[in-house]
Amino acid sequence: MSAKGDPDAPVDWIARAGARAKGRRPDYFDDPALDRLLSMLMALVGEVSVLRERFDTVERLLEAGAVLDRSAIEDYAPDRAAGDERGLATKAYIARIMRALQQELEAMEAPDPPVMHWVEELAKR
Amino acid sequence: MRSDVPPPYTALTLHGMMPRTSHDEAARFNFLANLNKYLAGTLGPGNKIAYDTRVLPAFRAEHGRDPRHRYDIREAMNRDPFHRMWSALKRNSMEMRQHNGRQIVLRQLDELDAQARQYNEGRASLELDRSIAIPPYQAAVDTHCMPGSYYGEERPGDVAAGANYDVGLFATTGGGLGGLSDGGGQALVEWARAERPNWSPRRILDIGCTVGHNAVPIAAGFPEAEVVAIDTAAPALRYGHARAQALGVRNINFVQMNGEDLSRFPDGHFDWVQTTMFLHELSAQAMPRLLAEAHRVLAPGGLILHLEQPQYSADMPLYEQFIRDWDAFNNNEPFWSSMHAVDLKDAMEEAGFSRADQFVIGVRAVVDEAIFPRSDAGEGEDHGRAAVWHAYGAWKKAA
Repeated sequence: MSAKGDPDAPVDWIARAGARAKGRRPDYFDDPALDRLLSMLMALVGEVSVLRERFDTVERLLEAGAVLDRSAIEDYAPDRAAGDERGLATKAYIARIMRALQQELEAMEAPDPPVMHWVEELAKR
Repeated sequence: MRSDVPPPYTALTLHGMMPRTSHDEAARFNFLANLNKYLAGTLGPGNKIAYDTRVLPAFRAEHGRDPRHRYDIREAMNRDPFHRMWSALKRNSMEMRQHNGRQIVLRQLDELDAQARQYNEGRASLELDRSIAIPPYQAAVDTHCMPGSYYGEERPGDVAAGANYDVGLFATTGGGLGGLSDGGGQALVEWARAERPNWSPRRILDIGCTVGHNAVPIAAGFPEAEVVAIDTAAPALRYGHARAQALGVRNINFVQMNGEDLSRFPDGHFDWVQTTMFLHELSAQAMPRLLAEAHRVLAPGGLILHLEQPQYSADMPLYEQFIRDWDAFNNNEPFWSSMHAVDLKDAMEEAGFSRADQFVIGVRAVVDEAIFPRSDAGEGEDHGRAAVWHAYGAWKKAA
């Protein structure tokens, strides 16, 4: 919990960073477990993106002939071209994760009948 | 060809108060900036398709009529599986942005607080006032799902809330506010210079300044002016003042004060009174009090400007009102809904600005477009977050 009175009191940063914001969270799904699972899934989706970006950094540093040390990784800032390439890779990664939703959108735009419809139709034609 | 992706977080200007990010912390914001862009641009239009193809037909079948209010649409859309999933993803993105920002800031809070003290202690340009109460509309919920909102402290005298606000603006706007997240303020300076080329305001008041990312560019743009930036939240002011000092902008004072009570200033004290994406964080009773005070302290011939997202007018389709209302219910902005239904021109008239003196203009963030994206309103707009605003303004009639 937050320290009272002492401006230099140590802060448990991991615990406090995850504090809940005041205000009731909307229920998005009928089963609360789905809400919790989606939050966990998206945190994981984010972390995989971070891992991939870190790996890209290591590759670029090695390619540039650097002797790898961790501060070089922490301090790495991509130039315009590298930033663009990495952004594009992240965009493609998100498109892979979100495929189901993007295709649901397409199906709403151009709906198909159940396959049985075609099973019966083609049996007649 | 430039790809249509947000710039990396590391493109932001590393000013003297900016929290340092590790590689992975920056990468988390890169992911979120991309995710927000995808949710708004690629999946966002799916909400309208769901509405047109199944939600509206089902509503008509059930009620025998069309929706009459944006809340009718909200209730119906909240049962639609696509909209539910989209909203849940967007909510998670907001929460992840807060979590990442707070991890960055709190793990280095000792350094940030020490740095802020260096910039703040003994400076008359930061005035904190413990007697300023947290307004009830701020205390109701934590705005933007920011744990502790703008005013909460992890320990007395800290800058955590302000620092977290500063780092995370990038993720929510995908870099649309530029290197110092000040593209809104820069746009105001550019507009004012074009509108009144020889205008030289002496005193400028920014109400609800948070960390000063809108007020500081105005102070920098009008170096002869004395800028007063007020807010009720001490942690935001401590950080904002230190940040302005670090940026070398000195003609700005940060003062803890509630915009509903500007009694410290005489009538007609300021040549320019500004709010930026702030009025929607008030309440029905507070807003007219604040607008009236803003009118009172404005000098004859002076400029008032309120930047907001567009108000819900009668000619705005109900669906658009509904989708623009998302933040009210999903991002802890409870006054957003009723505020946008107010005709701000009427509210300003009640505050003392005649209709004839009022104007509405479109404002787009000014950013270095070689690095940062140009913000556009339209199909893929991230409603409530696009760096494109309506400015409701007036030049106060000269006495």
